[in-house]
Amino acid sequence: MRAAATAPTTAQSIRIGPSLTRATVVLGGGAILLLTAMVVAVAIGSVGVGIGDTVAVLGHRLLGLPLARTEVPGAESIIFDVRLPRVLTAMLVGGGLAVAGTVFQALLRNPMADPYIIGTAAGASLGAIAGLMAPLLLPALAIGVGSSWLGLGLVQLLAFTGGLGTVLLVYAVSRANGRVPVVTLLLTGYAVSSVLAAGVALLMFFSGQHLGAIFGWLMGSLAGAKWIHLAFAAPLLIISATLLVVRWRGLNLLLLGDGPAANLGIDVEREKLVLTILATLATSTVVAISGTIGFVGLVVPHVLRLSIGPDHRLLLPASVLYGATLLALADLGARLAGGIPVGILTALIGAPFFVWLLRRSRMVRPVVTP
Amino acid sequence: MTAPVGTESLAAMEQVAFAYPMPDGGRREVLRSVDLTLARGELVALVGTNGSGKTTLLRLLTGLLKPDAGEVRFDGRPLSDWRRLDVARRVAVLPQHLELPVGFRVAELVEMGRAPHARRLFASTEADARAVASALADAGALDLADRPADELSGGERQRLLVAMALAQEPDLLLLDEPTLHLDLAHQVALLAAIRRLRDQRGLTVLAVLHDLNLAAAFAPRVAVLDEGRVVADGSPAEVLSTDLVRRVFGVHVDEARTADGRRHLALREV
Repeated sequence: MRAAATAPTTAQSIRIGPSLTRATVVLGGGAILLLTAMVVAVAIGSVGVGIGDTVAVLGHRLLGLPLARTEVPGAESIIFDVRLPRVLTAMLVGGGLAVAGTVFQALLRNPMADPYIIGTAAGASLGAIAGLMAPLLLPALAIGVGSSWLGLGLVQLLAFTGGLGTVLLVYAVSRANGRVPVVTLLLTGYAVSSVLAAGVALLMFFSGQHLGAIFGWLMGSLAGAKWIHLAFAAPLLIISATLLVVRWRGLNLLLLGDGPAANLGIDVEREKLVLTILATLATSTVVAISGTIGFVGLVVPHVLRLSIGPDHRLLLPASVLYGATLLALADLGARLAGGIPVGILTALIGAPFFVWLLRRSRMVRPVVTP
Repeated sequence: MTAPVGTESLAAMEQVAFAYPMPDGGRREVLRSVDLTLARGELVALVGTNGSGKTTLLRLLTGLLKPDAGEVRFDGRPLSDWRRLDVARRVAVLPQHLELPVGFRVAELVEMGRAPHARRLFASTEADARAVASALADAGALDLADRPADELSGGERQRLLVAMALAQEPDLLLLDEPTLHLDLAHQVALLAAIRRLRDQRGLTVLAVLHDLNLAAAFAPRVAVLDEGRVVADGSPAEVLSTDLVRRVFGVHVDEARTADGRRHLALREV
């Protein structure tokens, strides 16, 4: 807590950085919340499995613990083959989007930034839709659609490369005299996204019977979660999120502006490039396995910044934990609401909550004062 | 810790030229041939008209810009041989303009000044805590430590920026118009604090200032930048003549004397 403004401050009482207690509460609490959400989301579904049985199955299968097995017929298969991959996917997607959103908001110094802003969504969408329509576009490819590479279908593969490739293109185009100005990056991202969105619209216009599948993909859904997708996505997301979390210092300094950050020892252009690549890698991976789920990457960073402060030392790991928790619970809600795409639910519930929080805090907090 | 003033050069610019590349492919020449040497522990005021290249000169001294010709040396070695991080451990800048990120407490921002010295991945060290506390104390900002930085007044903000620069524990402190937006009382207080720091910490200070009388009162040495060169460099009494002010700034001033004999440049009516 803050010392009373009237209390004389002595050099001994200066507090720097988040206190250990605070970090423990925020991150430990987040971890407990995440585990609880995971167990609850795995337990609840059309076939109810008790919390005790769920914990027993998870403990046995994941940790090899000799726990008493369940009596519900087929429970182990339901939990392990159907629900667990879906819940884990939700957690990875939520955590990945939230941490990428936090990074882009700070990097672009723009409160409207989300993980998709400089072209990931448009590039991934065009890729995925091309993948969905591949049999129509190029009959010869029809044979290839069923096959997979690293367990990924053509859709996931094209979404991933489309997202990553678009951002690299936007970054390269924005570069002038060895520098990448933030405003140029944002506007180039917008322009390139618009062109790709036109491509998406064109494909949808000619899509015929594929329209439903395309629409579902654009909404974002976790219904297609598979272990094999996780085997691809989990390592990429865990690595990129970890590398982002340890770059908190650079991200804090970049908030001061390019010049001041450089004077504090940061190689600014290199740091920006590394952060962009890592955040885009996380986003493209997420989009490849879940489509473009909106809102999580925009709102979770803001909610956390409003509640725990803007220091990335705490904000980045907290984004991972709370983003993962939020999407695990949102996807549970989406399943219970008759299997609607989770993207609809995050927007439907998240937006009013966000507005309430903004009004309560009495001011919209931009990342940087104008 | 530091050698006596004037015996050893800390930073030196030799015949430095610099031009900004323009969008049309041309170049805008800012510095033609600058020679300037800062001895350890020296306190120097840099004056000149708007656009004369004062900020550019500071950026060359930090290595943010590379000279087109000539050489910048720091501590005897060409600046081009220095790593960004090693420069940041020795040189701190108080910029003319800094956007403060929202939501940070003053102490948290001052700790950002510790970044070049960071040793741990996440934790702050005892050395960080000590440096932040003494930087806040020296900048007269101890009472601001727990305040949200967004709520500071102009004068408080300036003290915060000084504290950030001091937390860096630099040998060379570059100040770009530190008195901008400050009232007379705060201008005097800030410059007095910087003088005191020079005395206590053995800092070398180069300050861009606009008010010639303030520069004369503050620094024992004044350098004047005009048309891309240092056209005068010496004690305020030698340098700041009515003639020089007319030549460089195109303004007619009179030299006045106070009752106790101090020089003062007085503007004619505007």
